[in-house]
Amino acid sequence: MNARHPINTPATPLAQAAAAPSRYDVELVAVSKSYAGAAAVETISLRIPKASYCCLLGPSGCGKSTTLRMIAGHEQVSAGDILIGDRNVTDAPPAARGTSMMFQNYALFPHMTAVDNVAYSLKVRGVAKVERRARAREFLDLVRMSSFAERLPAQMSGGQQQRVALARALITRPQVLLLDEPLSALDPFLREHMRGELKRLQRELGISFVHVTHSQEEAMALADMVVVMEAGHIRQTGSAREIFEKPNTAFVARFIGGHNVIATPGGQVAVRADRCRLGSAGSLTSLSGHAANIEYLGPMVRVSVATDNGLDAAALIPDELFFTAPVDIGHAVTLIWSERDAHALSD
Amino acid sequence: MSLAARLEQTAKTGAPIAFRTKRPWPGAIVSWLQAAPLALVLLLMFVAPLAFVVVVSFFDYGRVDIYPAFMLDNYVEVFTSEVTGRLYLKTLEYAALVEAITLVLGFFVAYYLTFHVRTLRWRIVLLLACSIPFFTSNVIRMISWIPFLGREGILNDAVMATHLVSQPLDFLLFSDFAVVVAYVHIFTLMMVAPVVNSMAKIDRGLIAAARDAGATEGQIVRDIIIPLSKTGIALGSVLVLTQVMGDYYIVRMLSGGKSAGVVTGIATQLNAFEYPPAAASSVVLLIVVITLVVGIFSLVDVRKELAA
Repeated sequence: MNARHPINTPATPLAQAAAAPSRYDVELVAVSKSYAGAAAVETISLRIPKASYCCLLGPSGCGKSTTLRMIAGHEQVSAGDILIGDRNVTDAPPAARGTSMMFQNYALFPHMTAVDNVAYSLKVRGVAKVERRARAREFLDLVRMSSFAERLPAQMSGGQQQRVALARALITRPQVLLLDEPLSALDPFLREHMRGELKRLQRELGISFVHVTHSQEEAMALADMVVVMEAGHIRQTGSAREIFEKPNTAFVARFIGGHNVIATPGGQVAVRADRCRLGSAGSLTSLSGHAANIEYLGPMVRVSVATDNGLDAAALIPDELFFTAPVDIGHAVTLIWSERDAHALSD
Repeated sequence: MSLAARLEQTAKTGAPIAFRTKRPWPGAIVSWLQAAPLALVLLLMFVAPLAFVVVVSFFDYGRVDIYPAFMLDNYVEVFTSEVTGRLYLKTLEYAALVEAITLVLGFFVAYYLTFHVRTLRWRIVLLLACSIPFFTSNVIRMISWIPFLGREGILNDAVMATHLVSQPLDFLLFSDFAVVVAYVHIFTLMMVAPVVNSMAKIDRGLIAAARDAGATEGQIVRDIIIPLSKTGIALGSVLVLTQVMGDYYIVRMLSGGKSAGVVTGIATQLNAFEYPPAAASSVVLLIVVITLVVGIFSLVDVRKELAA
């Protein structure tokens, strides 16, 4: 019933992958998922190079979590193939894929101590109690939680629970760690701290992390590879810098943030807000309007401009520059930018 | 002044609606008043009769009368009578058997309903189907077993028709077998409901996490689902055990009078107008059942189940 792409036919590029060790940790080949006829993910293909930090980024309902769960094996694909390393794992159960998943609300077993939570995957494989607890302690050490080994999840803070969940996911020595919105339940300070920890672990372990998030800031800070998704499709794949500097559609430009999407006679263009200034038209491209809001952000001041042709735009101006010619909310302003900073978008 | 008039006035003047709040009742009195109706009902319907039973258990009695007294003879009789031991043994045997069967049956029915029925609608439909036997009265439900299990009953006819046996099976009705079948029939749902309630609170993420760790279905049941539905199992067990311990009707009907439980003994004493010994037996039974319940609840944290 599934339109599978067999990996051993020369028609697919994956045929070569079978010969040499794969250069990719994860490959999705024309993967689709539909629930009762409604498509959640539509024919997406993706290759995640070895030992990379990949973020699946998109608004809620874009299919990013479904994609993650399909890689994990907690969701059956409706069509397509999933490869981990050079093995086709499309029909393999979660534990036989070389993946491990860290769940959104950590999903720690509430009746088990931290060390027993971490040791659980060894327990079900029949590793003796003393040995599995010793191994679990090593992994608690890795996430700096060894002093909490005997605590129950309810006796730990959210951040501590998350570290235990991380240790539990890593103890199976996965080739790919899958993280479902791992930072969304933490407070902002802890979130930034854990971001550093995740990146450190990924680099130290030399495995791939696939991290689902709706925060572009998180994706930009962490990812070697950002995959922007919308409505079940991948809209753009690339490094954070590529995506920020060259968003290919208006959706990506808006979602990644920091861009003004402006309609011009030659089609839509994206202009980074930090490349826009307030001033007089002169030789530069300009849009006139009035300052709708002004936010002081410390190093930058963000001026939201409601343009006369009904567009919401913004300029991010270095604080020093802003205060040499400050404007007030409601003042008439002209948004200017250089033609070379305008980046054409495809529809 | 009516409330409407007050509101009108408030709207005009802008002053807050002033009910007489100058001398509020002290908080303690208000709390006592709020608790009073239920406290009164419990006092009249539960505490008072129970106290009466306890008091009477020390009374002396004659052929038809009871005489106020304080004597321990009734209790001495309960503890020295060889019949008491036999009745308790029989009741505990039924209780243990029924508990074991309803536990296994109830757990897996609940497990299936909670984790293997995909949609909420089907879960509700199937749970309602479990309660269909309860649409009729207890008496009718019990009596219906007689034409089903009897010598000329439906089951025996069917078994005879298969020619597997040449004689009707006699153990089916008016036997311990029939009693246990009837108990299981009505009490399984009492196990299912609290266990379903416990299981419904188990985060599905935990099941996925266990599967991710490589656990098989059996390991998930053993390591995750059983420990996390312990409180439901305890509540269900209390419901089943107290019901069996307190039953008199089912034993009489389905054993055909061949078998008797503790309450049968009490009923016999009551029929003979031996109220003080009956009261003493009741008090002893009550203490046994309370001990049982306390024992079960000491194994789990019931507050966890009632909260959230």
